[in-house]
Amino acid sequence: MSADADQRAIRCLVAKVGLDGHDRGAHVIARAFRDAGFEVIYSGLHRAPDEIVQAAVQEDVDVLGISILSGAHNTLVPKVVDGLKEYGAFEDTLILVGGIVPDDDKKKLKEMGVAEVFGPGTPMADTIEFVRNNAPDRA
Amino acid sequence: MSRAEETDLVDRLLDGDHRALARTITKIENRSPGYRELVSALHEHTGEAEVIGITGSPGAGKSTLVDKLAKTYRDRGETVGIIAVDPSSPYTGGSVLGDRIRMASNVGDMDVFFRSMSARGTLGGLSTATGDAVKALDAFGKDKIIVETVGAGQNEIDVVRTADTVVVLVQPGSGDDVQMLKAGILEIGDVFVVNKADMSGASKTVADLEEMIHLQGDPTANLDLGHHGAGGGFEKPDVADSPDESEKNGEGGDGEEGWTADVVETVATSGDGIDELIETLAEHREYLERSGRLTEKARTRYAEEIRTLLREDTGSLLESEIDRRGGMESFVDAVVARKTDPYTVADELVEPLRECLDGDD
Repeated sequence: MSADADQRAIRCLVAKVGLDGHDRGAHVIARAFRDAGFEVIYSGLHRAPDEIVQAAVQEDVDVLGISILSGAHNTLVPKVVDGLKEYGAFEDTLILVGGIVPDDDKKKLKEMGVAEVFGPGTPMADTIEFVRNNAPDRA
Repeated sequence: MSRAEETDLVDRLLDGDHRALARTITKIENRSPGYRELVSALHEHTGEAEVIGITGSPGAGKSTLVDKLAKTYRDRGETVGIIAVDPSSPYTGGSVLGDRIRMASNVGDMDVFFRSMSARGTLGGLSTATGDAVKALDAFGKDKIIVETVGAGQNEIDVVRTADTVVVLVQPGSGDDVQMLKAGILEIGDVFVVNKADMSGASKTVADLEEMIHLQGDPTANLDLGHHGAGGGFEKPDVADSPDESEKNGEGGDGEEGWTADVVETVATSGDGIDELIETLAEHREYLERSGRLTEKARTRYAEEIRTLLREDTGSLLESEIDRRGGMESFVDAVVARKTDPYTVADELVEPLRECLDGDD
């Protein structure tokens, strides 16, 4: 990266929300994103939806990746989406969900504004490719 | 970004819109088109915030300490802005910005604006970006702004120097008294914090630090210790950041006393010692104001900023001139072939600029 020209980097928030205590996957994603040249902010475990919203707004991330393995996605994701809307951050944030999500719920999440849901076994390269292709274009 | 959008963004930022503040900092970081106009427009609204820089080795407890500081300031009714800089990968440019995890005490409090920044591998550009981000937080109306960075190298040291007060965190057991004599971050501290003061070896570290401070601070202390030569060449940390200053002995404007760095012990995880640290920070602030050092520092900083911008701007003007004259490769070819040399090339390229500027004399 040169010092003067475009210094844009894709910024991602990798978020663990709710009582789900498994963050191995989130660590792996954070590391893979870093190696893909992204700037990754990791939320840490057990975050409330409000905290995730606060972080996403303040950090002005291009991508918000929510990792949920507890099955509470139908409760937690809408709260995050509403919070982002409240601060005018919903429109230009790419929201991804990673975890174990039944197909019916996937549809609902997507209607809510989640761009994609990645289940177990998704190749890392696919996720990275998706982020590269879909990260919001901000002038 | 159009002029109207910039004005709108600035208006919204001044109006207290968090999203506008976040976007402004993004534009500053990315050096997006129009970011200079943005920062220019913000300048007149700055100058009110107290800026505190915090540095130290990885794992010293900086983020945890910053969290507790922010919490205490918030309890006192002040608003806080935080910029936490983490390194980027030298290979991919990517980074994991993990300082936010420690901000547990300020959850859901939007009046603590926390922003992670990656060093992005830039040479010297980081301090410009951080300085501009501080301006954005200042114009937003934050009372206290904390800049946190790993004290790994010159780049990071430049970053904390954008602060009025520099706090250096030291861990117990981070080396003997000879380590304290080494040049680097230990020279720039206005306040030293021995964090994890409940660990064994903390009192030794405090003693080593105090000895170092007295060696550089008070010439008479050297006499008592019976050491030699310590007075020459040492500067007070407070003065060391401004080599242009004529005063070298830490004296304030009109015969005021100088500032001797304090050592404060804290346990950031439990919050022990935070009140004392905040008191020391306030004392340093008071000293800066009383002695006129605050104004001097600001002046030095602005002069440095103007110089940096000039270097960048003339640099990029000359880069385009190189392109117009056939690109760097052709010059390098000529130098390799011994048809010319780097000095002559530089002279030739700067010539039009020199003519323009000297022309009127």
